[in-house]
Amino acid sequence: MTVRTEELILNVGPQHPSTHGVLRLILHLDGEVITKAIPVIGYLHRGTEKLAENLNYTQIIPYTDRMDYVSAMTNNYVLCHTVETAMGIEVPERAEYIRVICMELQRIASHLVWWGTYLLDLGALSPFLYAFKDREDILNFFNELTGARMTYNYMRVGGVKWDVPDTWIERVKDFVQYMKKRVDEYEALVSGNEIFLNRVKGIGIIDAKTALDYGLSGPALRSAGVKWDLRRNEPYSIYDRFDFDIPVGKTGDCLDRYTVRIEEIRQSLRILEQALAQFPSDGEIMGKVPRVIRPPEGEVYVRIESPRGEIGCHLVSKGKQEPYRLKFRRPSFWNLQILSELLVGESMSNLIAILGGTDIILGEVDA
Amino acid sequence: MTRFMEDSLGWLNFGVFAASAVALLFIVLFVVCYLIYFERKFIGWMQYRVGPNRVGPFGLLQSIADVAKLLLKEDVIPKRADRDLFVLAPVLTFIPAFTVLAVIPYTEELYFTNLNVGVLYYIAVSGISIIGIVIAGWASNNSYSLLGAMRSGAQMISYEIPLVMSILGTVLISGSMNIRTIVIEQEGWFWNWNIFPQIIGFLVFMVAAVAELARTPFDLPEAENELVAGYHVEYTGFRFAFFMLSEYVYMIAMSGLATAIFLGGWHAPAPFLDFIPGIVWFLLKWAFCVFFLFWLRATMPRVRIDQLMTFGWRYLIPLSLVNIFLTAIIMQIVR
Amino acid sequence: MSEETKKPTEAGDQDTLKPAEPAAAETPKQAAEPETKREEPASAEPSKPAEAAAPKPAGGEKPAAAPKAADPDRAARDAARAERLAARAAAKAAGGAGGAAAGADGAAAAEAPPKEPSPNQPKLDRLVAILKEQIGEDAVVEAYINEMDRHTPTVVADKNRWHDIALLLRDHPELKLHYLRNLSGVDYETHLETVYHLVNLQEKLTYCFKVRTDREQAEIPSVADVWSGANWNEREAYDLLGIRFTGHPNLVRIMLPDDWVGHPLRKDYVPVDPEV
Repeated sequence: MTVRTEELILNVGPQHPSTHGVLRLILHLDGEVITKAIPVIGYLHRGTEKLAENLNYTQIIPYTDRMDYVSAMTNNYVLCHTVETAMGIEVPERAEYIRVICMELQRIASHLVWWGTYLLDLGALSPFLYAFKDREDILNFFNELTGARMTYNYMRVGGVKWDVPDTWIERVKDFVQYMKKRVDEYEALVSGNEIFLNRVKGIGIIDAKTALDYGLSGPALRSAGVKWDLRRNEPYSIYDRFDFDIPVGKTGDCLDRYTVRIEEIRQSLRILEQALAQFPSDGEIMGKVPRVIRPPEGEVYVRIESPRGEIGCHLVSKGKQEPYRLKFRRPSFWNLQILSELLVGESMSNLIAILGGTDIILGEVDA
Repeated sequence: MTRFMEDSLGWLNFGVFAASAVALLFIVLFVVCYLIYFERKFIGWMQYRVGPNRVGPFGLLQSIADVAKLLLKEDVIPKRADRDLFVLAPVLTFIPAFTVLAVIPYTEELYFTNLNVGVLYYIAVSGISIIGIVIAGWASNNSYSLLGAMRSGAQMISYEIPLVMSILGTVLISGSMNIRTIVIEQEGWFWNWNIFPQIIGFLVFMVAAVAELARTPFDLPEAENELVAGYHVEYTGFRFAFFMLSEYVYMIAMSGLATAIFLGGWHAPAPFLDFIPGIVWFLLKWAFCVFFLFWLRATMPRVRIDQLMTFGWRYLIPLSLVNIFLTAIIMQIVR
Repeated sequence: MSEETKKPTEAGDQDTLKPAEPAAAETPKQAAEPETKREEPASAEPSKPAEAAAPKPAGGEKPAAAPKAADPDRAARDAARAERLAARAAAKAAGGAGGAAAGADGAAAAEAPPKEPSPNQPKLDRLVAILKEQIGEDAVVEAYINEMDRHTPTVVADKNRWHDIALLLRDHPELKLHYLRNLSGVDYETHLETVYHLVNLQEKLTYCFKVRTDREQAEIPSVADVWSGANWNEREAYDLLGIRFTGHPNLVRIMLPDDWVGHPLRKDYVPVDPEV
C-alpha cells in the first residue's frame, strides 16, 4: 500500500506573532522541512518615492522617518546628506557632532529592539523588557532634543533643527557609562546560554560570496566575514575622526550576526564617548543654506551605514525645489531577498531564528 | 486522617472523606487562581515591571476577573469538529490533574489515601491527560491543531520515562512505592532527605517534570509553537480555561510530589525545629519548587522540538538508568 | 535634462554652463561617438592651459593632476568652489559670456578657466577601453564623470549588449565588480532608464552604469543571473515603472497588489480608480 503524501502550503500570514511587521511568507513544507519559501511584501508600501516628487526637500524629511521607523535618525541623515552633497553645502562642526551622537544613539536603540525581539521570538521573555527599558532612556533623550520619540524630523539640509538642551550632553555621557555595563550584563545573561546557542549556532549560514552576490550590507555582510562598513570604508560626516573597530564574523551563521550586533553596540558606545568628549562648546547648528533649496541639475547616490546596512539615496534633480526622482536604497529590502534561498531545507523552528537574525523593518522593505 | 481510614466505612467516615475532598478541590482552585497571579507578579518583577496591580488592591482580584471573563465568553464549537470528542477532551485532561492530588501526603496526619503503589498511581493517572490533549487536537478538525497536539503528545510521552525512572531510585532507597512511606523514611536532619543520595535522580526529575508540565524552556505546546498553533487553539471560554487549569493543577501536584519524594515532605530540616507544624514545612518546600518553575519561565529561551526529543531520549533516559544502577550497587554494598 | 557635466552651482547661479544638446532625446545614441571623443580632447587639452591658468585664481587652488581617490569629496568641492570664483572673476574680466558653444572648447579655454580633468578620468578611460575592446565599439553609448556625485565614472551602456557587459564587469580581473549596491529606475519623459551602481570592495572602485530604453516598449535585459541582488529590484522597477526585464526568472509585481493596473512611478500615471 503506497502512502500518499502531499506538500503542505503554509501561509505565514501578514499578521505575525513576532514584531517584524507585515511580512507574508508562503512556505511549501514537506513534513517539517521547507522546500520553498516565497516572501510576499508590499503590504506597507506607501509610495514614498512618488510622493517625494511633489514635495520640497525639507518636506520629505518626515517621510524618511517613517521608512525605517526604528532607526529614523539615519534616514533623516541620508536625505540631508544627499542634498548637501549635491549642493556642496558645508555643515558646521557642532551640527556634525550632534548628528553623529544622534546616529550612534539611534544605532544602539535599534540594536536593542532587535535584541529584545529576537530573544522573544526564541522564547526568552525577559530580555525584551530589559532592552526596552534601556531604549526608553535613549528615546527620552531624543524626546528632549527633538520633541518626538520615534519619528524625529530633526535633521535639516545643512545642519540640525534644534540645539541640544542644557545638561543633555552630560546626561548622555552618564548613559554611555551605564550602557557599557548593561551590555556586559546582557551578554552574561544570554550569550552563554546553552539553549540559546543550540538555537542559533550553525543555523542559516551565508558565505561571503553569496552575501556579496545578493548585495547584502550591514551586520549580515560583516557576519559572513566581509569587513565592509561605510563609516570606515567610505567615510561620511566626521566618522574619520573617531577610533572604532569593525566587528566581523567568521562563519556567517545566526550566532555570528548576533555577536556582530552586540559588538556593534559596544563600538557605538565607544564612538559616542569620543564624540561627547570632543563636542564643541559652541557653534552654529545650521550651515549656510540658501533660502530655497534647489540642488543643481544632475544626480547623486549617497550612502550611509544604518543599523541594518547600507541605506542610500539616489537623487535625480532638475534644478527645481522638488526632486525629479528620489529613490531610496533600503537595506532591509536587499537583505530580505536572500531569505528564499536561505530557508530551503530548514525546519520550521529554524525559520524563526533565521528571520529574526535578518533584522528587517517592513517599513523600510516596502517604503 | 489515619483514624478515619483505619475505621470501617460508615456514614461518618464517608462524610468526612467527601467533605475533605471537596474542601481540597476548593482550596486547590483558590491556590491555582492565586498561583497565576503570583506568576504574573513574579515574572513582572523579574522583568522590571510590576505585574497586575489595577484590579483590586495590588491587583489581587485579577484572577477573579480573568475567570469571570472566561466564563462569560461565547462557547464556540467549530462546525466540522467532532462534537463529542471536542467536549470530552478538556474534561479528560482536567480530571486526572485533580485525581493525582490524592496520593500526595501533606502532613503526617493529613493525607487522602495510603496507596501501596502511590508512585505508580501518580504516573499512570497523569498519563491519561496526554490522551485528552491528543483528542483535543484531533477533535478540533484543524491540521495545525493536530500537528501541535502530536508534538505535545510526543513531548509528554517521551519525558514520562525519565520522570518515572528518576523516582525509582528513591523507591529503591525507601523500599516502597507508597509515597507516605518514602516521606517517613526521610525523617531526621536534612541530609536524610532523598535529594542528597539521589542528586542525579533529582536533577533528571526536575528537567523531566518541567517537560511534562510543558513549561519553559520546553513550552512548545504553550507558546505559539513557532507559528504552528497549539492543540487548544479552537477552544474558547471555559473549555480553554480547563486546559490552563489542568496545567496549573499539575504544577501544584508535581511540586508536591517533588517535595514529598526528594525534599523530605513535612519534615523539618532539623529535629529541634519540629515545633513548627509540618504543613508549614511542606508548603515552604512546595513554594520553593513552584517559584523555581516561575524563575525558569522568566529566564530561559525555548528549545527546538528536535532538540527536545534528542535531549529526552539520548541523555535523560540513559542518565536515569545509570542512577538506578548506581543506587542498586551502592545499596548492595552498604547493606 | 541632459547629463552633461556641470559644476555644482549655487541655487539660481548658472554662470559657466555647457548648454544642453538640442533635442537630446535621440541624440544621446547618435552623439555617442562624438561625445566620447569630445571627452578625450577636453581632458587632454586643459592639461597645458591648466598650468597656465593655475596662478590665475587667487588663493592656492589644488593642482589638478593629483588624483586623490581617497578624498575626492572634499577636493572636488574645494576645487569646484575655487573654480567658480575664478570663473566669475574671469567672466567679469573677459566681459563676455562664459560657456562656449558645444565643441569649441579651445575657444572657451581662453575666456573661462578650463575644467581640470577629474581625478577619476583615467579610471573612466580604462573602463571604456575595456568595454570597447571586449564587447565592441557600440557597447558604450556615453561616458562621463559625474562630478556632483564625487566624480563617479558613469557609463551609459548599450541596451542590447547590457547582459554581456554585466558579465564582463563582474568577471574581468581589473574590474571585478561583484557588489551591486543599487538599481534604480528613472522616468525621463522621453525615455526610461535604469541606473546601476557597482562596487569593487577590495579596491574601492565605484562605477555607475545606465541603460536607456524607450517608453512604449520598455525592455532591458535582466541581470538577475549576474548579481542575484538585482532580482527584486528589477521586479520593483517593473512594478512601479513598467520596464520589462527580459530573462528575469519571475517578473511579477512586488510592491503593489497583483491586480493593479498601471505603473505609478511613471510621470504620466493616472490611477484607474481616482479614489484610491
